[in-house]
Amino acid sequence: MSFLKLENVSKFYGPVGAVIDMDLAVEKGEFVSLLGPSGCGKTTTLQMIAGFVEASRGTIRLDGRDITRAKPNKRGLGIVFQSYALFPHMSVFDNVAFGLEMRRVPKAERRERVNAALALVRLDAHADRYPRELSGGQRVALARALVIEPPVLLLDEPLSNLDAQLREEMQFELRQIQRKVGTTTIMVTHDQAEALSISDRIVVMQAGRVTQVDEPYRMYEHPRTRFISTFVGKANLVAGRVRAEGADLVADLGATKLALPAADLAPGEEIILGIRPEKLTFVAPGRGRLDGTVVERFFLGSQWLYRVATELGDLVLTRPNDGLPAVAEATIVGIDWPTEHVRVLKAPAEPGAQA
Amino acid sequence: MSALAPAAAPRVAVRPYLLTAPALLLFGTLLVVPLALTAVLSFNAFDHTTGVKNELTLAHYAAILTDDYYFTVFFRTFWMAGLTTLITVLIGAPEACVLSRMRNPWRSIFLLVVVAPLLVSVVVRAFGWSMLLGPEGPVNKALALLGLGPVRFLYTPVAVVAALVHVMLPFMVIPVWTSLQKLDPLVENAALSLNASRFTALTRVVLPQVLPGILSGSLIVFGLSASSFAIPGLLGGRRLKMVATVVYDEYLHELNWPLGAAIAIVLLLANLVVMLSYNRLLEGRYRKRLG
Repeated sequence: MSFLKLENVSKFYGPVGAVIDMDLAVEKGEFVSLLGPSGCGKTTTLQMIAGFVEASRGTIRLDGRDITRAKPNKRGLGIVFQSYALFPHMSVFDNVAFGLEMRRVPKAERRERVNAALALVRLDAHADRYPRELSGGQRVALARALVIEPPVLLLDEPLSNLDAQLREEMQFELRQIQRKVGTTTIMVTHDQAEALSISDRIVVMQAGRVTQVDEPYRMYEHPRTRFISTFVGKANLVAGRVRAEGADLVADLGATKLALPAADLAPGEEIILGIRPEKLTFVAPGRGRLDGTVVERFFLGSQWLYRVATELGDLVLTRPNDGLPAVAEATIVGIDWPTEHVRVLKAPAEPGAQA
Repeated sequence: MSALAPAAAPRVAVRPYLLTAPALLLFGTLLVVPLALTAVLSFNAFDHTTGVKNELTLAHYAAILTDDYYFTVFFRTFWMAGLTTLITVLIGAPEACVLSRMRNPWRSIFLLVVVAPLLVSVVVRAFGWSMLLGPEGPVNKALALLGLGPVRFLYTPVAVVAALVHVMLPFMVIPVWTSLQKLDPLVENAALSLNASRFTALTRVVLPQVLPGILSGSLIVFGLSASSFAIPGLLGGRRLKMVATVVYDEYLHELNWPLGAAIAIVLLLANLVVMLSYNRLLEGRYRKRLG
């Protein structure tokens, strides 16, 4: 039995479905990210779990108990809001102590637990400050949510207000803290890098529906739809048609053909082939599957990003900055890739696809 | 850069004075000068046959401080202003809360309704109240239907306080509404998620953040009520005097301008003392936290 279970949960505003038939099972101690573009229903889902938005239908179970209709102040979940929603008139200590005070925890124990929570987020030196005197609002919000030892921690884009460098640091710290306390966590984010780096599982949502649930590595390597291929990481997408060639199936890409790894395809079918930029390699011209001309190159620090014009259109290719000289623009190059890294996506419109 | 900086410094120092000059001039001529003239006048001796004399005296202040009549008027003025302030807080703060939760267009419409009294002359509104509360007015007719005898509202504190509350309400609603606008709407949800009841969330989280708005609203309302003239003049009548109406009497009926000036100065000082101590009492506690 899963710890937190959403069954057929939907939210309609009039005829418009913000979340449609959401099914999700979260295990105890798991860190699950809800990932999607804005307006995909991820925040609405979180708010239904928190109790701030009432589900139109479906059930939400926490540890076997039906909490679908429970009031938010009876659910006991820890929530970190996007704006942090700290109490500006209370000190950091009082902010964190508020939840324990509401639970009538005795004063001595309260002090101990607040100090422990503040130490966990490394704010123990700032307990007497007020939120506006502090830049680490997200840490206060995290301590305030964790101190009540909630069964589930809900994070609503907790790091989206931070600059890039601090966000990366906080991602790792957030994951460390979550591992340490072992709280089941659900995080809403629109940042795929954040979802990939700290989650146990990612739920991709699109137009109110779940389109794929997988572990980060699998999500990246085996995106199920065209949308996910480009939303989670970068991808080169090439349209083609399946053709039978003897016993084998090949993808007819117009300019070239490609042996297909997948089996459940029929000749004549329209498909899209996807391959990640880092899976492509440069070879000598004429030695690879394709030749092309380097149109542009961008230096990204740890790697180079090339745009190469080929008969299949422009392909994007990344190579690690390994200290070797980079390929110059206008160079004619050969491009190769291992067949097993090509992903085959069916071409017909996927559910909830966006234009 | 370093060579240019000293040359630029004097220009920077002059500009603030130039920029504030128009406002300073306006305040100087319209507020400070008349006030100073009033203060000087209040120390001038007065004789009923010859008028204002060119001698200095403290007699008017002595009269105000020793005469029971003035004490009664001052005391009445301050308790009525205080009561008006209390009632406007009790009505205005929840009203602002409701207003801030409304969605457009209703919010704009009701904000206009709240502010609308300011668009009508105080005198007209005072007459409106006197018709409403008069012996033949709708309120007394309604009471008669319920079998309750005619109640005298006019020329009692009830009429004056009711009308003052009506006039002052916008001055409470608007500052409270402004401070509610600054409130993160999610803090209430945050409190709920930490097991607080709706009532606790309101009193422990929302109210303290709105307090600066309530504080500035009550300062405005108290100050304006304590020095109000038209409403006590029209609804308090000859018997229920407030300080401003007494000042008016001294100036225009007794023609004792120095005594009127002295009363006005005492009102100003008393008002100042009340407002400053109230401000210190409340704001001191919250300034540090809310900035």
